[in-house]
Amino acid sequence: MYAAEFDYVRASSIEEAISLKAENDDSSLLAGGHSLIPAMKLRLSTPQKLIDISGLDQLKKISKNGSHISIGSLCTHKQCAESEIIQSNCPALSDAASVIGDPHVRTKGTIGGALAHSDPQADYPGATLALNATFVAKGPSGERTIEVDDYFIGLWETALGEGELLTEIRIAINSMNANSCYVKFPQPASRYPYVGCGVSLSSNNGTCSDIRVGFSGVGEWAFRDSGVESTLKGQPLNDSTIASAADKAAEGKTVLNDHFVSEEYRRAMSKVYAKRAMMQLS
Amino acid sequence: MKISMKVNGVDYENDIEPRTLLVQYLRETLDLTGTNIGCDTSQCGACTIHVNGEAVKSCTMLAVQADGATITTIEGLANDGELHPVQKAFCENHGLQCGYCTPGMIMASVDMLKNNPNPTEEEIRHGLEGNFCRCTGYHNIVKSVKAAAVSMKGGA
Amino acid sequence: MGKYIGESVLRKEDPRMVTGEAKYLDDIKIPGMLYAVVKRSDYAHAKIKNIDTSEATKMPGVLGVWTGKDFEDVNPMPCAWQAGGITNNANTPRVLEIDKVTFTGQGIAVVVAEDRNLAEDACSKINVEYEELPVVVSAEDAIKPGAPQLHENAPNNICMEWECGNEDGTDKALSNSDVVVKEQLVNQRLIPNSMEPRGAIAEYKSATEEFTVWLTSQAPHVHRLLATAFVFGIPETKMRVIAPHVGGGFGCKIFLYPEYCLVIALAKKIGRPIKWMETRSENFQATTHGRDHSTQIQVGASNDGTITSLKVNTVANLGGTLSTIAPGIPTTLYGRLLSGTYKFPNIYCGVKGVYTNTGMVDAYRGAGRPEATYVVERALDLVANKLGMDVVDVRKKNFIQKDQFPYTPADGITKGLEYDSGDYEKPLNKALEMFNYTQFREEQKKSRSEGKYLGVGFSTYIEACGVAPSAWVGVGGEGWGAGLWESANIRVHLTGKVVVTTGSSPHGQGTETTMAQIAADELGLPFDDVDVQYNDTLGTPFGYGTYGSRSAAVGGTAVFNAVQKVKQKALRIGAHMLEASADDVVYEDGKVSVKGSPDQAKTIQEIAGAAALGYSLPEGDEPFLDETAYFDPPNTTWPFGTHICVVEIEEETGSVKVKKYLAVDDVGNVVNPMVVDGQIHGGIAQGVAQALWESGEYNESGELMSGSLIDYAIPRTDCLPNLELDRTVTPSPTNPLGVKGVGETGTIASTPAVVNAVIDALAPFGVTNLNMPLTSQKIWNVIQKKGG
Repeated sequence: MYAAEFDYVRASSIEEAISLKAENDDSSLLAGGHSLIPAMKLRLSTPQKLIDISGLDQLKKISKNGSHISIGSLCTHKQCAESEIIQSNCPALSDAASVIGDPHVRTKGTIGGALAHSDPQADYPGATLALNATFVAKGPSGERTIEVDDYFIGLWETALGEGELLTEIRIAINSMNANSCYVKFPQPASRYPYVGCGVSLSSNNGTCSDIRVGFSGVGEWAFRDSGVESTLKGQPLNDSTIASAADKAAEGKTVLNDHFVSEEYRRAMSKVYAKRAMMQLS
Repeated sequence: MKISMKVNGVDYENDIEPRTLLVQYLRETLDLTGTNIGCDTSQCGACTIHVNGEAVKSCTMLAVQADGATITTIEGLANDGELHPVQKAFCENHGLQCGYCTPGMIMASVDMLKNNPNPTEEEIRHGLEGNFCRCTGYHNIVKSVKAAAVSMKGGA
Repeated sequence: MGKYIGESVLRKEDPRMVTGEAKYLDDIKIPGMLYAVVKRSDYAHAKIKNIDTSEATKMPGVLGVWTGKDFEDVNPMPCAWQAGGITNNANTPRVLEIDKVTFTGQGIAVVVAEDRNLAEDACSKINVEYEELPVVVSAEDAIKPGAPQLHENAPNNICMEWECGNEDGTDKALSNSDVVVKEQLVNQRLIPNSMEPRGAIAEYKSATEEFTVWLTSQAPHVHRLLATAFVFGIPETKMRVIAPHVGGGFGCKIFLYPEYCLVIALAKKIGRPIKWMETRSENFQATTHGRDHSTQIQVGASNDGTITSLKVNTVANLGGTLSTIAPGIPTTLYGRLLSGTYKFPNIYCGVKGVYTNTGMVDAYRGAGRPEATYVVERALDLVANKLGMDVVDVRKKNFIQKDQFPYTPADGITKGLEYDSGDYEKPLNKALEMFNYTQFREEQKKSRSEGKYLGVGFSTYIEACGVAPSAWVGVGGEGWGAGLWESANIRVHLTGKVVVTTGSSPHGQGTETTMAQIAADELGLPFDDVDVQYNDTLGTPFGYGTYGSRSAAVGGTAVFNAVQKVKQKALRIGAHMLEASADDVVYEDGKVSVKGSPDQAKTIQEIAGAAALGYSLPEGDEPFLDETAYFDPPNTTWPFGTHICVVEIEEETGSVKVKKYLAVDDVGNVVNPMVVDGQIHGGIAQGVAQALWESGEYNESGELMSGSLIDYAIPRTDCLPNLELDRTVTPSPTNPLGVKGVGETGTIASTPAVVNAVIDALAPFGVTNLNMPLTSQKIWNVIQKKGG
């Protein structure tokens, strides 16, 4: 299986990438290629121009930047999984990165590529929702930030504008993000999540003072689960409060129902994995 | 479009279509057919090679993305006719049957052992989860990698 | 035993495979070669109204686009095993379908272009106009009144009906039994997924009208025979078929596929060599699938656990058209195995082979025998469960005893074949010891009280390998249009080096090594002096190929017998050289010596040299040590053993983890223990995968839902535990090597062991049967329903 024909150009700067994108209606940005190339091989995606941004080294760094962690969009899953900065400040993200695909996929695939793609079956969305991440996008009209709660807006659809390039993922440094995790129930063939659940949680004297819960794989796109959050918030952390909160998982949400996995089962597994994530953090 | 890369120690420069996959370039342009293609959805890992010292799936990379890279394929693993310890271990432990997944499996194993010279059985099994084998049930692949780890520590 | 047989000699095959030097089909490039890409049907059941190739033809680099109408002079593929009284309703594929398609993925047009990219580009520009027809994908639905009809010549979609055993007697025994268990067992569709997909290259020389064809093949001689004699109507001698390195087969590369013949036809039409190589996605749709049985069983037993009767009615899904030996798989290779290792006194099996709008179903590793073993081993557990007896006790109670061999199963279900040799308790007892069964049952009880669900499953299976003799299975017997003998030629060259050629066609089994072990031992020569050549109709004797666990038992014996002929001649020439009488010399350790005077000897090298130079031969002997043997075994071999699987089920999710797997197999004598164990490992992985993960599924409109490795779960490294193997050895009396065959053992034995373990784990929820694959969702559902 081979891709349809296209032109290929390398961008030598972010600005050049943005202007190339603006000049070419039917173009796609190429980072690690691990979402785009498979789609192109199946001819599900047939861009006329590929703008290769993989040479933009300034987007490959993970650093502490005052009150937040800055993750360049071209950081690979492997980098994210192995980064001590991420592991200690927002382990949900390194958890998610470490269970994407397989080792070779993690070597090439990038966090920005995955998040820009917004595959409903991806791992990062659930984790970034839990971590209240902020996405930095650059476009023809300059730079802007998008809060994660506003980012995943549809199937294969994000708040990124047509001409925008996702440059950075920011995650606040705080005790809640430091107490986070991502757990996953993988589909046996693809290993995409049937259910991927990211949770960050802060507690005060054994009481849950704040919590964010994000789900991947469950709905047509990733969502934050306020039902679970509000049920646990303000409650003492114990098996029974966590079980009641987990019981709200995906309540009121549209849940996928496909040939292999029923809605009922996905809902049930959402509860199980929400519980496991919360237990892990309490 | 012109690209150049060093493959198994040899410099190449070729003019290729941008849509040429790296695996296609290696197999069809350079005639390095040791790297196999087993699927079209980036799962099976038969096409695993090293790009700049890291194991990647060459079916999920365009040749143009490897412009300027240093590449090792299965053909470049042995040193002056002396098999790499991982190649040797696969022969000595019956780590292959039909051999189709073997080049990718060996390249993945070499990469894993570079990062983790002393893996547990579980680490080996996780480390190779991106490489499918339909013949061996993986039993002797795991055994081969264990044996290679031991021999690499002792010798090379 | 000699120096090599019985030893884990390292494989001759490996050095070229670990270095990338091995050439698989897609690695072969021929000057001037073009590439073919097949346009496949988008619908499962439709009339082809029109195929517009005009745009595709104009695409750059395109040599041409052809449809089925361009190949009306090419015969359909043959069905070579017309079991069950098929007369005029064997509907087989054509190189490209002309008027109608009966499953998604059938070839309907082909593009030939200068390279693959261009061929794919053009293929995407072919426009097809279909008239959709109603679709039926399940075999049980297909035989219901009012179901969509696939072929005019097959009313109610029934391709064939077949039976064995005694229905009246079995019914009577069932009605007289203390207990009768009825159950519906599904043996789901599997998709073989050899790591190398299928491919073909054909080259035609017009001056001599000769074809050279490279195929991903398990049986190059058979492919040549079927293509020349049946499809093209040309002499066999006009075609050479080569199977280069073949990246696994598991059955799916035995058959003559339409694409293979399409490439042959195109090579002649265009006059340039042509390659076709399928993608994995095409492989899912268009390469044969396996299994797909739905089976109603009734098993009767006395209160003491003695089984009195087994009645089996199976509906076998054969797909939209018939593959090469499709009808033989759910009949001979299935029904005749239904006595298992047990002395069931009454057996009946009825099979309906059914057309549906799905991919073709044919042999997949084990081919019929896994389905039979599944029925029998599940039946044993169902009876044990019904009577509240231990599954091991019920097995022991019903085992054929070791003094009963050769044993003929009841009601003529094997149609005269006897089980050759066996001692079924031996591997079971050995396995129980390794496993510590009593202790496990205690742990299980304890863990249940802690909310952990452990289960153990047994499979004390039998299988039939090296299916033979030709008189039994062939055209005059079971209807397989083949002999099931195998061939070997041995030449001892002037230098004393030996070349073995074989009609077997290994593709991962290590046969090159094991055959060299046999020849080296029997000749008394170093292993490295023996070269084994195969996989090419040029230079190998006709043979039926590699499948059905037959290469050691049948092909290996042909090697053994050819060596004996060589030795006979060497004895005559050696005696002549030693000026002794032929009765007065012996062959030992590679030397012919005078009895009682070991110093008076000629080495096989000296004798080979003399035979090759031919200056002084015994009267009447021809030059050269060159002998061929054809071995047609007097019987099938019957390996057996015990597999034990332990699983743990996670109640919350329904996930199954295989905690422990151990197998004690008896495959007769073992030529190379390393290779034998490797075959068992791989087989177990595939069998466990059927139980837990793999399933070829179509939706109602005939779209293959599990059409890629994204949805079809073949096992990965981390899915399986370390496998604990041991063996007992009961030599087969059917061949001089005493071997039984091992290629399919693991697959045949393991599936019911895993399912029995899961059912055992779910016993607290009142579960007695679940159909495969035992996905976490399925298990979770029953836990919800019954657990409460």
